[in-house]
Amino acid sequence: METLRAQKKESKKKTPIRISGAEAIIHCLLAEGVDLIYGYPGGAIMPVYDELYKFQDKLTHILTRHEQGATHAAQGYARVSGKVGVAMATSGPGATNLVTGIADAQIDSTPMVCITGQVPRHLLGSDAFQETDIVGISTPVTKWNYQITKASEIPEIMAKAFYIARSGRPGPVLIDITKNAQFDELDFAYEKCTGVRSYKPVPEPDLKAIEAAASLINNAKKPYIVFGQGVILGEAEAELKALVEKAGIPAAWTILGLSAMDTDHPLNVGMVGMHGNYGPNVLTNECDVLVAIGMRFDDRVTGSLDTYAKQAKVIHLEIDPAEINKNVKADVAILGDAKQTLDLLLPLVKKNDHSEWKNEFDKKYQIEYDTVIKNDITPTKEGLTMGEVIEQINIASEHKAVIVTDVGQHQMIACRYAKFKQSKSNITSGGLGTMGFALPAAIGAKMGAMDREVVAIAGDGGYQMTIQELGVIFQHNVPVKIVVLNNDHLGMVRQWQELFFESRYASTVMTNPDFVKIAEGYHIKSRRVVERSDLKDAVTEMIASKDPYFLEVKVEKEDNVFPMIPSGASVSDIRLK
Amino acid sequence: MENQWYTISVYSENNIGLLNRISGIFLKRHINIESLNVSKSEIEDVSKFTIVIFATENWARKIVQQIEKQVEVIKAYYHTDDETIYQESALFKIASNLLFDERQIQNIIKESNSQIVTVARDFFVLSKTGRRHEIDEMHDALEPYGIMQFVRSGRIAVSKATMPITNILAEFQNQ
Ligand SMILES: Cc1ncc(C[n+]2csc(CCOP(=O)(O)OP(=O)(O)O)c2C)c(N)n1
Repeated sequence: METLRAQKKESKKKTPIRISGAEAIIHCLLAEGVDLIYGYPGGAIMPVYDELYKFQDKLTHILTRHEQGATHAAQGYARVSGKVGVAMATSGPGATNLVTGIADAQIDSTPMVCITGQVPRHLLGSDAFQETDIVGISTPVTKWNYQITKASEIPEIMAKAFYIARSGRPGPVLIDITKNAQFDELDFAYEKCTGVRSYKPVPEPDLKAIEAAASLINNAKKPYIVFGQGVILGEAEAELKALVEKAGIPAAWTILGLSAMDTDHPLNVGMVGMHGNYGPNVLTNECDVLVAIGMRFDDRVTGSLDTYAKQAKVIHLEIDPAEINKNVKADVAILGDAKQTLDLLLPLVKKNDHSEWKNEFDKKYQIEYDTVIKNDITPTKEGLTMGEVIEQINIASEHKAVIVTDVGQHQMIACRYAKFKQSKSNITSGGLGTMGFALPAAIGAKMGAMDREVVAIAGDGGYQMTIQELGVIFQHNVPVKIVVLNNDHLGMVRQWQELFFESRYASTVMTNPDFVKIAEGYHIKSRRVVERSDLKDAVTEMIASKDPYFLEVKVEKEDNVFPMIPSGASVSDIRLK
Repeated sequence: MENQWYTISVYSENNIGLLNRISGIFLKRHINIESLNVSKSEIEDVSKFTIVIFATENWARKIVQQIEKQVEVIKAYYHTDDETIYQESALFKIASNLLFDERQIQNIIKESNSQIVTVARDFFVLSKTGRRHEIDEMHDALEPYGIMQFVRSGRIAVSKATMPITNILAEFQNQ
């Protein structure tokens, strides 16, 4: 694995060189610092693959087993490293297979550049073999997209693609390149993009707004911070911690904000949202000042907007002006990059202590512990719980692992109980809720952070949506750890059926294959746990393994995730059982 | 909040695909575009979309925020009818014999303040510029006699207040 990543060498090109479009694309990638891409070849992108072959000592291409896997791997890579992930595919079905990952990256603000091959320019619009209008298809789910039909456009457009993907609020960019543009020659010289005249990635902070926010915070009796991924994307973790500690404000995270702040920090009070913690949800409706940092008030966070934080003055720190007043009206909106705005806010905020108010969170935590958490992580019933598996992973990995989750009950349980000391460690599909995300995203995460332990946690349903990516793990010996929490159900949907559809389990019961045998088929070390007595040993063995490792844990079939805010209910009406 | 007419003005780069991107913003929110016009603007190389919707102010604002967020959009505004000077144009193709046989047609042309663009052996073409209801009234008046073809343009509008695009462009460029 160590040798898998090609050595990156500086590629300086000052005077133009005469090369093909396909080769130019490689030079663009190298100039942007890319040394790893994920993809799948096919007719319309073959000239580029031919160049990848020639440049394999500088640029590693990982063949995922499905183009969706390439996008999620690129996302996982981007989310742990903060760099732009790159995925490549051919035209037609190759391109359409990217769409789910692109949509996921768009809603979760992940920097990604996707490159697709396209039929030659003269065949555009003729319904040629494998022609599909991927620019049209991907428009609503990309930050920007463009079709290159002339080789000479390549350097400028590629530079723009990377600049747009990573700047401001990051997102996915798709570049579609017709085959003639790959074959034709151009005079190539690369210049990085430093600005696009119609695009202002980071708004200027308004000092008046910052002063107004400081005054609200300084006069607050029950201030409360909710932070999201903006803190991670803006690398503002230290500034957030400084604000929390100086002003003594309890802080909670959205699912994508998880790991921006040490989960054991005394002022870190837990998760907001549908399956978040009791105190952070209920007390949203008791705080007097709500400081929202780099988060977008998703409906899974707010529940019913009519009853969300109505008593509070809302301060919203946000890089994207379109998020201001979109869902929740801000009394004070601070536009800008979180690092910069928090830095400006910090000196204006008075040192303070709100222990009495923080005490309210502790009391609520005790209630949640007694009714939910205790039974989740130290169960006394016979069947294994998802919570105790996560707890064992915490112990074995000493809170240092990158946890990559799929979508469903296991995701909520993992995000509730996983412990983190380091930022960029929780990789999950939050906004789109894409089943099948975890396995390929974990591959990308491992390749983006080779020195870190990476554990994928999936349900038996989502795991089977991208299970073929085991082939990548096997072929390249990518030492990720894969945990399938097998309840033989599409657990989260089954839970809703139980609670809201009178237990009519329509198509949520699954007859599963032998997952251990499947992993063995890929020559991946694997183990199945059915008894509690084996769990600790198996998890310890898994974490200690230098090689990839697959662990299936048979968990209780019909457990539910609580607390829960039923959709459309108020955060105050969160159910503990 | 009540629905009312809003004119959305978008200043943008003149790039292929941007129309699709902008119309997608309305589609995603299930909002109908009542009229759409794309033309050049007062600034060289900058296009202007003029879009009319019937919606609440809350929606008009959010849509403008989403439009402005697009990389190739320089700035977008929304205005109520009171805040703009606006017009639409229409062309009516009518059989030539009616011009001579139907006395009333002459009156309609006069009263509606429309112009005869061309007269051929078989047909003549009337053009009318004005508010939508004026064009509707003219249409209703002519309809009983038979209209061979009818077309109406999207609304075009200028705002009473300034739209300081040049400054914004300069500011972007100086970053
Ligand atoms: C691609 C996709 N299809 C459908 C869904 C709807 N969905 C959400 S959770 C879930 C069940 C997941 O089951 P499983 O992977 O076994 O995980 P569990 O909930 O049991 O932990 C489903 C079907 C989805 N999120 N993504």
